[in-house]
Amino acid sequence: MKPVSGIYRIALKLLMNDKSKFTALLVGITFAVFLMVMMMSMFSGILARSCAPVYNIGAKVWVMDPAVNNTNSSIPMPDYILSASRSIPGVKYAVPLYFGSALLKLKDGTYQAATVVGLDDSTLFGRPEMIEGRIEDIFAENAFVVVKDAEFPKLENPKIGTEFEINDNRGTVVGIARAASSGLFGVPTLYTTYNRAITYIPSARFTTSYVLIEPKSDADIPGIQKAIAKLGYEALTRDQFVKKVSNFYTFKTGVGMNIMMMTAISFVVGLSISGQTFYTFILENIGKFGAMKAIGAKGNELIAMILAQAFVTSLIGYGLGVGAASTFIIIAKLRMPDYAAQLTFQTLGLALVMVMIIAGFSSYIGVRKVLQIQPFDIFRG
Amino acid sequence: MSEAAIIRANNLVKWFGEGEARTVAVKQASFEAHYGEMLYIVGPSGSGKTTLLSIISGILRPNEGSVVVEDHDLWSMTDDELADLRLNKIGFVFQDYHLFPRLTTLENVAIPLILKKMEWNEALKLAREYLEIVGLKDRAELQPVKLSGGEQQRVAIARAIAGKPDLLIFDEPTASLDGDTGRKIVEFVKSNILNEKRAIIIVTHDSRIYEFADRIMKMEDGKIVGYETNHFNEK
Repeated sequence: MKPVSGIYRIALKLLMNDKSKFTALLVGITFAVFLMVMMMSMFSGILARSCAPVYNIGAKVWVMDPAVNNTNSSIPMPDYILSASRSIPGVKYAVPLYFGSALLKLKDGTYQAATVVGLDDSTLFGRPEMIEGRIEDIFAENAFVVVKDAEFPKLENPKIGTEFEINDNRGTVVGIARAASSGLFGVPTLYTTYNRAITYIPSARFTTSYVLIEPKSDADIPGIQKAIAKLGYEALTRDQFVKKVSNFYTFKTGVGMNIMMMTAISFVVGLSISGQTFYTFILENIGKFGAMKAIGAKGNELIAMILAQAFVTSLIGYGLGVGAASTFIIIAKLRMPDYAAQLTFQTLGLALVMVMIIAGFSSYIGVRKVLQIQPFDIFRG
Repeated sequence: MSEAAIIRANNLVKWFGEGEARTVAVKQASFEAHYGEMLYIVGPSGSGKTTLLSIISGILRPNEGSVVVEDHDLWSMTDDELADLRLNKIGFVFQDYHLFPRLTTLENVAIPLILKKMEWNEALKLAREYLEIVGLKDRAELQPVKLSGGEQQRVAIARAIAGKPDLLIFDEPTASLDGDTGRKIVEFVKSNILNEKRAIIIVTHDSRIYEFADRIMKMEDGKIVGYETNHFNEK
């Protein structure tokens, strides 16, 4: 005996055999899921890219001006912050990092903006993974390492030995590197030494963008943060910095709100189409549900039928929507390397929650209607 | 027809609305139906037939009075117990049949069996046997909309008897059928569905089928005003 399977089977046949309603429901939910997943994936991609330098450099603790709200808008700090950081108990070592922008004049005479990362000369802490050339060559005259990411072609696909101009200084590519994440602003990234960066790129009185700290142990981090705070600066762990950057883009720029609104609109569209179609389906079959009640179906059995209809349809729509979004993202990334969307488990989970809300809402209005119908109404016609 | 009563209704009263808007639909109605009997409830529109039918079949609670089906006092039962009783003891044939248009004829007939928690294939197998009883075995895989009115009525009958009920309730069984088909259906029910272990109550105002009744109970203004016994049909 399989006590409930027959009921579910009847429920699904009732809905799926009504091809126009079932198709309308699936299209509505699939479209809503597609839009929601696309929006959240784009946002997720933007956030990941906005935090790319934090991941790529990989330092455990970042010291910065408290006013810094994203990696690209670093505020230079006086040199004594580096010295003071090194003297804080619990600090294994501390190195300076230059992070700035420059205009490169390419061989064909065009100019291209680029992000320049200046690594500490003595340790090269935060160096990228090399795919061509050796990192030691970064100490050679005019040496720069170019990151091979989506923006690499903007530097005319340089090779080792390719030359360019940077503020009337010659730059030479000595290596090609790989970075874990691409940046947000669509500009290529170059690595060089800290000293060369501050020499070649015009800067203000202070030159240190960030101080990167390696603590002796994770337990030392709170003490380090307190000591840095006493200096009037802020020390953030990698996760804290990522969160700060994410919060900036989410709440202090239009990006977060706009995408959130689009996601909400997609949700409402899905909710409306699904709710309306499901309600119509229930209305069309209300007499039959009443007849089932008269025959002997219990309230909980009818609820189970409606829940099965709503949730199975929603899950199929969810699968199709996620599939469509994934396909779109894959194709878009193949054609547009800059395309920032990324599908994460959080996005999939959040979309699933929203689809379940759509299913819950649709079933709620259906259940209400079906529980209201009295078998007596069937006799009365 | 047996003398044993399958159903006893005592002093049933049902009203709708309150105060000045109160309408009394059934007034002090008492009657019995017996095993092997085909009982008609007849009367003009608004006489309370359908309300009485709903009360005795356990789907509309009376304001006063009691209904005993076999040994079960209907209106002392919970909603779930009533649903179980309807599923196991009472079969319904509705005026508009209320067959699911998106299910096959066979699946429609299997619904009471599935509600009785029978396994899917077993329920379909048994439903096919009931379709054979009503002469529609070859229509098993069709959707009800592809059947004629008379055939749909037979499917509804097959569905009603699939749960092996002791009491069958028909609400205006000939209302949607032409005269000849209506007579044939009721004749079929009388000959093939009614037996000594079952009673059939039919609400109708179609005098063309009165000849098949064992007893006819007349209602007017919510009251039972008399009986007619069809001596021709007495067994």
